[in-house]
Order: sequence, then structure tokens, then C-alpha cells
Amino acid sequence: MKRRDFVGLTGLAAGSLLLPSIPGFGSGLLVTPERLLEPGLDVALKKRLADVALNAAKSAGATYADVRIGRYLNQGIFTREKQVQNIASSESQGVGIRVIANGTWGFASTNQITDEGIAKAAQLAVAIAKANSKVQKEPVKLVPQKGYGTVSWKTPITQNAFEVPIAQKVDLLMETNAKALAGGASFVNSALFQVNEQKYFASTDGSYIDQDIHRIWPTFTVTAIDRASGKFRSRPSMSASMGLGYEYLTPSAKEKIAGPAGSDVIGYKQRYDILEDVTNATKQAKQKLTAKSVTPGKYDLVLDPHHLGLTIHESVGHPLELDRVLGYEANYAGTSFADLAWKAKNIPYGSKQVTIVADKLQPGSLGAVGYDDEGVKTKRWTLIDQGKLVDYEKIRDQAHIVGQNESDGCCYAQSWQDVQFQRMPNVSLQPGKAKMSVDDMVKGVDKGIYIAGNGSFSIDQQRYNFQFGGIVFYAIEKGKITGMLEDVAYQANTQEFWNSCAASCDESDYRLVGFFNDGKGQPGQSSAVSHGSATTRFNGVNVINTARKIG
Amino acid sequence: MAILSQEQAQAILQKVLSFSTADECQATLSGRSAGNIRYARNAVSTAGKSDNVSLAVESRFGKRAGVATCNQFDDATLKRCVQRAEETARLAPEDPEYMPLLGPQQYLTPNAFAASTAADTADARAQAAADSIALCEARKLTAAGFLENSSSFRALRNSKGLQAYQPDTYVDFSVTVRTADGLGSGYAVADFTDVKQFDAKVLTERAASKAAGSVGARAIEPGKYTVILEPAALVSDEGLLNNLMYSLDARSADEGRSFLSKKGGGTKKGEKLFDERVTIYTDPTNPAAPSSVFDGEGLPVKRINWINKGKVDNLYYSRYWAQKNNVAPTPFPGNFIMEGGTQSLEEMIKSTQKGILVTRLWYIRGVDPQTLLFTGLTRDGTFYIENGQVKFPVKNLRFNESPVIMLNNLETIGKQQRLGGNLVPPLKIRDFTFTSLSDAV
Repeated sequence: MKRRDFVGLTGLAAGSLLLPSIPGFGSGLLVTPERLLEPGLDVALKKRLADVALNAAKSAGATYADVRIGRYLNQGIFTREKQVQNIASSESQGVGIRVIANGTWGFASTNQITDEGIAKAAQLAVAIAKANSKVQKEPVKLVPQKGYGTVSWKTPITQNAFEVPIAQKVDLLMETNAKALAGGASFVNSALFQVNEQKYFASTDGSYIDQDIHRIWPTFTVTAIDRASGKFRSRPSMSASMGLGYEYLTPSAKEKIAGPAGSDVIGYKQRYDILEDVTNATKQAKQKLTAKSVTPGKYDLVLDPHHLGLTIHESVGHPLELDRVLGYEANYAGTSFADLAWKAKNIPYGSKQVTIVADKLQPGSLGAVGYDDEGVKTKRWTLIDQGKLVDYEKIRDQAHIVGQNESDGCCYAQSWQDVQFQRMPNVSLQPGKAKMSVDDMVKGVDKGIYIAGNGSFSIDQQRYNFQFGGIVFYAIEKGKITGMLEDVAYQANTQEFWNSCAASCDESDYRLVGFFNDGKGQPGQSSAVSHGSATTRFNGVNVINTARKIG
Repeated sequence: MAILSQEQAQAILQKVLSFSTADECQATLSGRSAGNIRYARNAVSTAGKSDNVSLAVESRFGKRAGVATCNQFDDATLKRCVQRAEETARLAPEDPEYMPLLGPQQYLTPNAFAASTAADTADARAQAAADSIALCEARKLTAAGFLENSSSFRALRNSKGLQAYQPDTYVDFSVTVRTADGLGSGYAVADFTDVKQFDAKVLTERAASKAAGSVGARAIEPGKYTVILEPAALVSDEGLLNNLMYSLDARSADEGRSFLSKKGGGTKKGEKLFDERVTIYTDPTNPAAPSSVFDGEGLPVKRINWINKGKVDNLYYSRYWAQKNNVAPTPFPGNFIMEGGTQSLEEMIKSTQKGILVTRLWYIRGVDPQTLLFTGLTRDGTFYIENGQVKFPVKNLRFNESPVIMLNNLETIGKQQRLGGNLVPPLKIRDFTFTSLSDAV
């Protein structure tokens, strides 16, 4: 095992207090929960410190510089059955400085938030840029970006999750676990992650941007075991991680949407009902133990948004990242089938039903921020228009390569101590324009499977061939849900799959699913991103049976 | 100050413990100094250096525990850190799985540190990248790679008299070489304790030949094939063997939610689940792949068999679960070593009638924990073997396979190589299940 696996599993003083590897906890210092509510540095002081960085960089020879003064706050609460396993609050604070000198990027960071510490880091960034310029062939070219002056942005939340007493949050998780155990679950784990990123950005373009970003993720896993047969099945939460405050955990009837009749599935939009979902989960985990094993073959798939979001992420979001397209990720995440030569051929990415947008403005999404980490105001733009690839996801030093003069605002770092680079925006499938409910859609399917929730996922390094599982599966026969299935996974090719897209339900079915830990880069960085869609039908997809026999 | 000596580290920890008013207190000081360089499109894309030292203090009152951390080490900061841990502990719920801190322990003498690695410089890393790029440019190939050198240490001390210290060094390198037309791709990966063993040119050369040799890949019908899996197809962050080793947890098996759980209750510990030639053990002082001689709690890591001649010999028992079941705890290890054979990769190919040589498996994800079924794809060099010779490159393939089934369908075990801090032989496996083709290069 690599050392990082080892450290990840036993990094703390006691093995009973394991932290999962989610962004922020790795580099943060553990603090008391009260510390998470204390104000960070005053904005006037941050502006002064930012100018120290920019001036030091310019004096050392930088032609461009940006500085990020970051304070990253996290809290995680972890429980199993009737016990709290861990409550951890962490804070990570420091400054990252990126420069261009001799036409080459350089970066350095420091947790010494003093004039001296910051100036030293700025000089180091310039020195690194100059050293690397010796092997540089082409100078970095940035598309122009006007300075915004002094501006700010805050996630529009109703209630800061850090203001909710820990006892109240623990009670909710313990009540969740109690529902599962009362319903007959063998085991249940639940957790609540809360994130607040306080980011101050300034650049030599004349921007001073203060942002306050909030995110939340409640989740659980229910496990049912049949000791006699030795079979076990799990059903995780159908929550989404969201760009919301604690209000996400206040259930609201108008934010729920039922799956097709006969499926027991409930989807959640901007509000989540954890107690209702865990009750359903317990019932479904037990049903999975005796559900019919799928017969492999071609099926029409009806995919719910919680499931489809991950398929969009892997087969559209990633292949359209311009850094992959250009080869910058060749040694790790991979490249892309949808490169510039492929785009020029005008091959359809999907059917006419498929319009996919990138959108950094969507309320409640993980990707919603005011500005990216190189000071570009966020926006919405179209990637695939009625099946045709029209654009990529870009940052300032890439836009000129595709003949554009504007960045898409896709440049992010996971913390102050990591360098910012191109990351995926929210990428979402537009709902159908004609009125259509999930029941209307299922009615038209002769032999199909309805899949809800995202499960196992795997795709190749150029994003052609993928295999996806799910959380719950229901057989559709002659327009009706006829019962639960198990051991389902579908295999497809990205272009065939999106070209088999037959219809999407209307806007009333549209909702987001989010992921805290989209990984890319070496050393690796995490990024948070959401994907929206309405329930969508794909015709004639190859379904395999994943059951095996061992020992 | 990233790498402290044993004396320096223990002096800080001793001071920390002197500030404690808790029933029990354990302090962990760890530090890492790492330098990296990343390149792509035959040019350096990023380079960086990081130095971190941090202290974690765990304080306990009865069965209540609290942890606080800090990264500055003046007396006032240390005192505040201990106070915060104690405040947090007083407010924490009682831990029903509480285990008292360990007392003094006997450890093996660690051998995972090489001074040459600790002394490595940014210039040397830049030279390695330059060498790798130059080799590819000369052949009109494109290189993308990543090199990271690190030194680290960890020191533990507690109020029961436990003391531990270990320094480590690690060199991690990988390179992907692609042909200019994007139709061929090759990969090489290696890690070392001592940077003197690292040669960017040799590894880049290997990736370059695989790239050049994989142009013009032919499609073959998916199905069951004899495969030769090189170490990089067995071991990675998400590798099939790593995943098997992660799945040996006693508690999940006892609870009925593991591939090691038995119908009707109990576990498969002691049963023969794999081919009798499969032996996998941990040895923290193996000179070719040394690792930690203690775990995060301070438990000594010693040589222990996990799978012995195909039989599951041991599972991971946390201290709590071990006590509950009246067995000795088994610390989670820093490495694993699979016993190898005598054949080189070339000899394994020579003795193959028909089969597929797999350089690397990628994007490996669990499909069914009940059977440890995983899916993923071949990548960066997949070749058809016929009559003992590599005949032609084949398109990449998706597999759906369980390491449990794979290690029963064992034909040949090759010579061990180090990868990911472990020792792993290439394996020849029959009836390995490929389920679809991929156009990815």
C-alpha cells in the first residue's frame, strides 16, 4: 500500500477517531466548533495583505500576479447505529500566490499571514517561475480580464450550518439511525459534512474579490443482512451535496418529487427529508435481498436525475475539460475523445434531445460562486446544442488555443495551498420542453429498467466506454413498473448512449445531484460540482448481470 | 524544520505531555517535506515544494476523548492545543468502544529512510523531467509525467510511557508517453526508498517502447482470456490486489457484510480461498519495500501472514474488536508482499500459447462487495500474445472480475517487483473476464 493509504487510515492519534478523506480535513487544524463562527480577517486587512503580495511579486519581476487569502472551515459528524463515532471541526488558513515571470507560471503558498511571510512566498513564486522558464517553449498567454474593483459574493443561504448546535445535528443523525433500526436494518452509518470557504482574491488586473461559500452534505448507508443465505445489500442516501445551508435539512412537500408509480422512489430538490429517505432506504435494502436478478440484454433505460447526474459528469463533464482535450492530464486523469479534430468533424455527440449547458450560477448547486480563482465572473454557456458539440470548459490561459477571447470562469484550487487549474463547472442536461411526467415516460416503455441513485461507475481515460450501476432498479414491462431488480449495470459508448437519448421529462422533474470529491491533477485536488437533469429515457442500452459465485 | 530528529521530536512531545491534566494523553508529531515536478506536452506544467509539521494531541477523561492539532510549537501554542483537546474531551459523548492507551512497546528497527532522497533538490527533479522529455522529443513522442520526492517522520509519545519514532523517504514517478498521432500510448511507474535507484530515462524508455508498439491496435472479441498482468495492472491506488488487502477487515466479516462472511454466521478465516501458491504477508523491514514499524496508535507492525498457501490466515482486528473477540489486534500494515516465482516477464510471455499482456488496469471500481467483483479497463499498452511472442497491440478492454476468482485461476507467478511500497509479481491468469471493447488510447 502506498504511504498515503496508510496515513489516511491511521493518521490521528487514535484509531477510533478516523476522519474520512474529504477536502479540507487533510490540511486543516482541528478546532473547537465555536471557532467556526469566529470572524476571519477583516476585509480591509486582507486587501492590504493582498497588495503586499502583488507588489512583492511585481518587484521581483512578475508581469502578472494573483493572490488568494483563504480560510477553509469544515465540520463532520459521524455516527453508526446508536453511537457517535466522531465530531471533527477544522480550520485551514493561508495564502497562495501565483505569478507569471519570463512568460512562465510559478506558484507558492504560506500559512504565515504576515507582510514578511507573504512577500517571501511571492518572491519564491517568481523564483520558481523563472527556474521553470528555462524549459518553457511557448510563453503563457492570458485572455484579457478587466478588474472588477472591490466586490463580494456570498452563497444565498438561510441558515449557516455552523450556527446549529452540535447536539441538534447529532440528534437528527441518531433519529435517522433509530428509524433504520426500527425498520429492521442490520446496520446504519450516517454523517453530516458542512463546509465554509472564505476566499479573498486579488490580482494585478485590479480585482479585490471577497467570497463566502457554503456547502452541506447529509448522508447515510443502511445495510440489510440475511444471515441464513449470507446475502447482504446496502442502500445509501438519495440526498445530494448542495450549495446550501442547514435549511437543506428542513423537509418541504413542494421540493419532493415521486418516482414512477410502483417504485417507492422519492427524489429531493432544494430540500431533503432525511427521516423519510431512511425509512424508504430500510425498506428497499431489505427488498434488495430477495429482488429478481436481472436477465442481461438490451433494455430501454429510464434514468432518474440522482443517477443520471453521475453519467453526465463522467461522459460529458470530463471529456469537455479543455486541459484533458489538450493533453495536460495525459499521465493521470487521461485525455478526451472529443478533441479539437473530433469536434471539427461535426459528428453528433447526442440526439436532438440532448442540450447540455455549463452553469456556474445555478442556485443551490455546488459550483455556484460569484467569481473563479483567477478573478473571472461566472456565467452560463452551452456545451452541446441539440446533440452538437459547440464548446468546451476553459480558463484564461487556454481560451486563445480555441480562438476565444474570454475565460469561462473554470479555474479553481481546493485550498489556499494548492495551485488553481481548470475544473469542471456544473454541467446539466436541459429538461424536455413538452409536458411529461415520469409516469407518462414509463407508460411508453415496453421492456425497460428504471434506475434511481448513483452507484458503481467506471469509464476509460478518453471517455468512450463506461459501465454504471445504480442504487435501486425496477423492471418496466409493457408500460408498468413490475418489481425490483438486482445485479444491474449498463455498459455503453458515450456517443452511442447520448445518441440513444429519446426524451426527457419536463422542468417540474428537474433536480440536482452533487459531488464533493471530483478528483484531478498531480498532486491530486478535489472539487465540488453539481449536475442537473430531469428523468430521461435512453433506448436499447446493453445491460449486464453482475452477480458472481465465489468460494 | 520539516524533518525532526528523534531527540527533537520527543523533546516537544515530552513538553506537550507535561501540560496535560487529563486521565490519559497521547501526542503525535508528524512532518513531511515534499518536492514535485509535473510535465505534459513535453513541457513542465507545474512544480512545487511543501513542508508541513503538525502535532495532534488526544486527551481522555474516562471514556471521553478529544483531539486538537496545531502547527506551531512555542510553549503558549502547545499549552493551548492541550487545553483545546481537554475541553473537547470533556464535552464529547462517552465512547462505547473506548480502549485504554497502549503502554511501552518493542518495535523493529525501521529501515525506510535514505539520506540521499532527503537531500534531493529541485534541480535534480527538473533534470529528471528534462531527460524524460528529451528522450521522447527525439522520437517524436509526447511525454506527460509526475515526480515527487518526500521525506517524512512520525513520533508518538503518551502518558502510559509509549514512545515511537520513524523517519521515511519515498520517491514516486510515473510517465505516460503518447505518439504524435494519439494512436499509441505507453506507461511506466515506479517508487523507491532511495532516489539513487531512480532512473527517469530507463522508465521513460519503457513507456516509449510501449507507446510506439501500441499503434494500430486491433479489435478482438471480448470474452475470457489468459492474461499476463504486469505489476501496474495489479497494484495502484485502486488496484485489484490493494482492494483485496483493504477487504480483510474482521469486524465487517463478523458482522456479515464482507466477502469473508459465512452463510449462517462466522467468517472464512482459516479457509482456503485461493490457489495454494498464493501467499501474501506484511514485513515492515523488508529491504526492498520497507514501511512503518508501528501504526497510528503505536501498535508494533511485525511480519504477519494474511494469506498463506491460499488460506486466509489473519484478518485486521482493531484493538476494540480484538478485545471483544479475545484475539490479538493486527495493525493495518504499511505494505504487503506477495511471494513471487522465478520467471521473468519475458519467460512468462514465452510460455504462453494465446493470451493478452496487460500493462495497466485503470478506473477500477467495486461492483458487488458480496463477491468483491470489480470493473475497470486496460490502458497504455495491451498486446496479443501467440505462440510465446507478442504479436500485435489490441484495443483496450473493460473487465468485470473478482480478485478472489482471479487468484484461483492462477497459471504462473513471476518475479517480484516493488510497486506502491509493496512487492508484487506479475501474474499469468486464465479465464480473466473481459466484457466489452473500448476505443480509448
